Amino acid sequence: MAMNRFEWASARTAAEGAASGATTVADAMLPVPGGPPGQAVVLKAGGIDLLDLMKEGLLAPRRLVDLRAIAGLDAIAQESDGGLRIGALASLQQVAEHPLIADRARALAEAAGGSASPQIRHVATIGGNLLQRPRCWYFRSIAHRCLRKGGGKCFAVHGENQYHAIFANEVCAVVHPSTAATALVALGARIEIVNAGGDVRRPLLDEFFVAPETDVQRENDLKEGEVVTAVLLPAPAAATTSAHMRQSDKQAFDWPIADVAVVLERDADGRCSKASVVLGAAAPVPRRARATEEMLVGEMIDEKLAREAGHAALEASTPLARNHYKQPIFAALVARVLLRAAGQG
Amino acid sequence: MRFSVGVHGLRARMSRRSFLKGTSAATAGLAALETALTPAGAAAADDPQVFGPEPVSITLRVNGAARTVAVEPCATLAEVLRGPLNLTGTKIACNRGSCSACTVLLDGVPVASCSMLALDVGERAITTIEGLANGDVLHPVQAAFIEHDALQCGFCTPGMVLSSAALLERNPQPTAEDVKAAISGHVCRCGTYPHVVDAVLAAAQARRG
Ligand SMILES: Cc1cc2nc3c(=O)[nH]c(=O)nc-3n(C[C@H](O)[C@H](O)[C@H](O)COP(=O)(O)OP(=O)(O)OC[C@H]3O[C@@H](n4cnc5c(N)ncnc54)[C@H](O)[C@@H]3O)c2cc1C
Ligand code: SF4
Ligand code: FES
Ligand code: FES
Repeated sequence: MAMNRFEWASARTAAEGAASGATTVADAMLPVPGGPPGQAVVLKAGGIDLLDLMKEGLLAPRRLVDLRAIAGLDAIAQESDGGLRIGALASLQQVAEHPLIADRARALAEAAGGSASPQIRHVATIGGNLLQRPRCWYFRSIAHRCLRKGGGKCFAVHGENQYHAIFANEVCAVVHPSTAATALVALGARIEIVNAGGDVRRPLLDEFFVAPETDVQRENDLKEGEVVTAVLLPAPAAATTSAHMRQSDKQAFDWPIADVAVVLERDADGRCSKASVVLGAAAPVPRRARATEEMLVGEMIDEKLAREAGHAALEASTPLARNHYKQPIFAALVARVLLRAAGQG
Repeated sequence: MRFSVGVHGLRARMSRRSFLKGTSAATAGLAALETALTPAGAAAADDPQVFGPEPVSITLRVNGAARTVAVEPCATLAEVLRGPLNLTGTKIACNRGSCSACTVLLDGVPVASCSMLALDVGERAITTIEGLANGDVLHPVQAAFIEHDALQCGFCTPGMVLSSAALLERNPQPTAEDVKAAISGHVCRCGTYPHVVDAVLAAAQARRG
């Protein structure tokens, strides 16, 4: 359907965006999909997900507040402590191509560079990417008022659930839509958020995301009047390597059916001293494969171990009727990404 | 009322960027934070302007010409190109960012015009398929598409050609893999992909002479 008519305002600073009366997209969703436009004011970055929601009749705000004119908010730079600061407005393409990210956080470069199409990557911002709403087709359909839209049931549990979660899927079986988030959680990233009063908070991205058990109607802890200003990567330990890979239905540009990020720290003799293994498109929030992480510590990474690690990553999985096929994909993908991160793949 | 979309913001952003070029990476990060955290009151004496929902008059730079049009803030770039600007070479198929039929170039960079608001374009130069040829002389990619039979129904073709032309601008000697990556967002129901790759490689050769 056609988008509703709305007003347009342009924020010149993050604080101006925060003071614009904007609410979160979760709070702005129409109570009755397809119903009359609401009064909400919503922040806009690249606009890719917003336009999608508006064209579907799920969102009909009174005003969009554009953040793109905020000076410097797309900068990617090293901080004095050796960490990396990625401005919220940096495009996925900028993130994929930036030499500092390729050098220090290859998993993120690979995750961003493998997301969507070139056309979308040039416009989509990293901030908007982390805040995009899930892709569950019942959620995206005007005809299904499911739990996540304030309705009474989940249509996916006993419905078409081939692209849904294989972990933690009891309440709502969406998978987290952000591919970059898989890599960022593995890298221990924080998200920087400001409000109109100038208060800044920097929660771990992992803790910023909200599971359906906590609140089924929102995917993250962004509050009304808050603006995301950056994603922060900690300075990596000396011998840190990482990788990300995805498996798609088509060869390119659709959301993956499975993706995996691995970050490895190794000591002088090459033994793994710390591992982060995160599964994307697996659960409502990026899923840490704890059993896998634990079995890698103290070990030399080789093919045999990688295969065992892949199977361990499935621990506690509860696939639905139509997505058992994801289990062998995740097992194989974890093994491949692990070897790639270890420089053997 | 007449205004150039986001001109203030975009200018500020551009000069900030050129400023940042000359500073060290670490300072750039700090500068960005400072800018981001400047309280609204301190930075701006006046409130941000609000436009719409009625049409606002904007000037777009399309294929080398300045075109002034009245657009509602909710109009996509694709709608404005095909409607008031009568540039119907830009196609709308999925209207959701997932087929790239609506590709146009903004400052030489391919974007999906169905998934961008016209007000978002600002001062960036738009190239549509109508603007690619030099008068009656086809762009090398266009000529090669004809030569290599790289189109059937033609619906995906304007976008394919623009993505390919943009590729040759930034990479005059692409490999077949580079071409595939550049057209990876395009869906062609007629299955012309192999011919498109051949055509773009041939166009690259032709351009080098
Ligand atoms: C064909 C296609 C394929 C895709 N494939 C993938 C994929 O493989 N992987 C993947 O991860 N994504 C994929 N996407 C999704 C796409 O990457 C996201 O829609 C995009 O990144 C959203 O970013 P944006 O800047 O356009 O956000 P917008 O649409 O502008 O905003 C998204 C949300 O974030 C809020 N917001 C944005 N910026 C801020 C900020 N700074 N502060 C506070 N709130 C903010 C907005 O209010 C809105 O609610 C795909 C999209 C398409 C169309
Ligand atoms: S999986 Fe979640 S979003 Fe999808 S239908 Fe069920 S409750 Fe709704
Ligand atoms: S019409 Fe724009 S991407 Fe399909
Ligand atoms: S030529 Fe028909 S869609 Fe590509």
